Amino acid sequence: MPQYALNTSLPSYLRDEQKRIEGYARSYGLDFFPTLFEVLSYDHINEVAAYGGFPSRYPHWRFGMQYEQLSKSSEYGLSTIYEMVINNNPAVAYLLEGNSLTDQKLVMAHVFGHVDFFKNNFAFGATNQGRLPDTGEPIRKWIDAMANHGAVIRRWINRVGIEKIETFIDDCLSLENLIDPHRPFTRPAPPEEPSSEVYDKPGEELPRLRVDRDYMESYINPDEFLEAQRKRVEAEAERAKSVPEEPDRDVMGFLLEQAPLEPWERDVLAVIRREAYYFAPQAQTKIMNEGWATYWHSKILTEHAASGDEIIEYADRCAGVLATAPGQLNPYKLGVELFRHVEDRWNKGQFGKEWDDCDDLALRQTWDRRLGLGRDKIFEVRRHYTDVTFIDEFLTPEFVIDQKLYSFGFNVKNDRWEVESRQFEEVKKKLLFQLTNAGNPIVNVVDANHHNRAELLLRHDHQGVDLRRDYAEAVMRSLERIWRRPVEVDTIVEEKRSFLRFDGNEHTVRTD
Amino acid sequence: MSLRVDQDHSRFKQIVRGKIRQNLRRFISKGELLGRQGKETVSIPIPQIDVPRFRFADKQGGGVAQGDGEPGDGLSQPGQEGPGSGQAGSGEGQHILEVDVNLQELAEILGEELELPNIEDKGKDRITSQKDRYVGIRRVGPNSLRHFRRTYREALKRQIASGSYNTKQPVVIPVRDDMRFRSWRTDHEPVANAVIIYMMDVSGSMGDEQKEIVRIESFWIDTWLKHQYQGLEARFIIHDAVAREVDRETFFRTRESGGTMISSAYKVAAEIIEQHYPPDDWNIYLFHFSDGDNWSVDDTLLCIQLLKNRLLPAANVFCYGQVESPYGSGQFIKDLEEHLTDDDRVLTSEIRDRDGIVDSIKDFLGKGK
Repeated sequence: MPQYALNTSLPSYLRDEQKRIEGYARSYGLDFFPTLFEVLSYDHINEVAAYGGFPSRYPHWRFGMQYEQLSKSSEYGLSTIYEMVINNNPAVAYLLEGNSLTDQKLVMAHVFGHVDFFKNNFAFGATNQGRLPDTGEPIRKWIDAMANHGAVIRRWINRVGIEKIETFIDDCLSLENLIDPHRPFTRPAPPEEPSSEVYDKPGEELPRLRVDRDYMESYINPDEFLEAQRKRVEAEAERAKSVPEEPDRDVMGFLLEQAPLEPWERDVLAVIRREAYYFAPQAQTKIMNEGWATYWHSKILTEHAASGDEIIEYADRCAGVLATAPGQLNPYKLGVELFRHVEDRWNKGQFGKEWDDCDDLALRQTWDRRLGLGRDKIFEVRRHYTDVTFIDEFLTPEFVIDQKLYSFGFNVKNDRWEVESRQFEEVKKKLLFQLTNAGNPIVNVVDANHHNRAELLLRHDHQGVDLRRDYAEAVMRSLERIWRRPVEVDTIVEEKRSFLRFDGNEHTVRTD
Repeated sequence: MSLRVDQDHSRFKQIVRGKIRQNLRRFISKGELLGRQGKETVSIPIPQIDVPRFRFADKQGGGVAQGDGEPGDGLSQPGQEGPGSGQAGSGEGQHILEVDVNLQELAEILGEELELPNIEDKGKDRITSQKDRYVGIRRVGPNSLRHFRRTYREALKRQIASGSYNTKQPVVIPVRDDMRFRSWRTDHEPVANAVIIYMMDVSGSMGDEQKEIVRIESFWIDTWLKHQYQGLEARFIIHDAVAREVDRETFFRTRESGGTMISSAYKVAAEIIEQHYPPDDWNIYLFHFSDGDNWSVDDTLLCIQLLKNRLLPAANVFCYGQVESPYGSGQFIKDLEEHLTDDDRVLTSEIRDRDGIVDSIKDFLGKGK
């Protein structure tokens, strides 16, 4: 394809800048993959952005939709793309042709922040494809992997036809958020050893405690105990029969193993699932990732890279990035402020038992132990946390007041969105809720033989907010098409436990 | 330059177009469609095609944000409120994607959807228009039409021929003979002229909803006829007990009260036609919308006379749309049908509500007149 033969390599003046900024970044201790910058024209950058950063992916209309939006909004001057960086080793980042030098510097500094985060944050470890045997460097050849996915799906399109494949991709995409982000970190459970002989033959003899003297039998193994044992054994046996044994959040993975799929369906589902797992860490660390990159671009630019006449332009750009709007959380702003807050606290020693126990407001405000641990702390934080744990651990009442954080909700009476509270607990609770599972409901597959009729039962872990009904029903239609048997979702609708059911023809609701 | 995304992009557009087709009825019935009417395109707000996922119900959610405001204050951010605003504050809100559909395309879609035949106009060959094209060069003309390059070339040619051109100091000065000007030719083109005359009853019984229906229906009729005729003209007449000609704005905005004399409007329409639009040269479309409540039987008879003698002989078609209103008796449509049943230039249609608009358009334009 001729357009990929375009020369996208950096012009020499940008290469010089890259070297310089890379040097500054390393001097602060940032540790990143080798990073390749490419310069793209605006329609190419829109195209690549539409594909989520990857120049070659499988064909699907939603990429066209994203392109439409991106190109429309850049044509009308609503927004432009400043930076795009791919979690890959070597990392690839795109610069927009025609941006001012200040912008390009800003983007480069920002990108090194991101790449450092990709390399070092534990959640991104899930995107490793292995490690190089000699250096131990992680292998992340995702650009190749995505291109391979594209090839696999294209091949099936040629054999099966675009309509069928596209419809099935749509079905799979409806399940895209039904993955278990923790799965890459859990080891496969070792095969369970039967804890005693008796467990294998439930019903024959119940496991009893050892009795040395016969007359103690009824004291050591009283009837109630035996009854409890019997129940346990039965439950255990029941569980061994059920599929899945434990509720499984990786619904896509479960279907991949258990659903009656055609070979092409299996391939498509596997591709969508793999890509969902690839993108999951970015959703889990949006605030931290952007905050970290913003922290470093502002450090690098203001302390080194920006010359005097560039500083106004830089400040203008930066202010744009950090702007907040009512009802919208700006991850750049929240992230960078929270990192600075943590740095400040650890510099001043505002942590530990003494600090926690201190109720004297005046003392707290002037508290400064001059420990200077801030920088080390934020590097540690960027390694070991995701958004949820980051907020959970480091959000403080002072920060909430300082940053004017508030929670909001919809007031049915006034038919509008309203500020609800500025209380620390309220804000924190809502923020954590918003971030948990990247804002998605938690849904497990619990039974593949529901009603003993090979129906699929999912359970929504209800945390106070209902599922959106029309969307849920659409997802169930997709599930039914994949599972080929009726599907039920166990959830709560308007405070009543309900089973939403789709049997291939109609949706019904059963309440207990 | 072609992009790799082009294929996906056109696929998306096909889906959207398909969406427009399937849901055309729905979109026609939306008043907001007209609010975003540009010069040549209509922005149809098309909800981004959402891949359905398990997600939280919109209004139970909420979130956290930064900024001013006391508890209980509303968040007055456009795009924040209203249906489809999504889970606010989750970073990326749901955007409404607007797809610009060119009026031409819209008319085609409309034609296809409603199976409208192309209109057979009258008098195409008889009517011509003049059009000037700049095709040639001549030696005299106004300075505004001076052709710089040709003038320069002539001057250069002359100077080189006469040996006065100095390569060291290449100054070229044109004299009067060097001047060249653009010239034009006047072409005659056959055209089809068309005028629509809209008449609307604005008496007390026509409410806002009724007028909105007329407004939407007129827009689509306009779009279709514009697709068929270049340079379509439109005239607007409102009437209660008396009629007057108004501009487009007033036509859709005015709310008057009082009685209804439909004949007054027909008289004005007849006058307009007689003064401005000789029927031999013009395709004339008459649309009249009313709730069907006329003042008296006498006036209705007068209307029939006017139609028979003055309006129908001149018009391609006379369309009468009767909007259902809680006050009107709806008698007029029956009278028309009774007296003019054998005239196929008279088309009548009853519009119950917004959903009836589409069928009514089909009644009017489906004959290809």
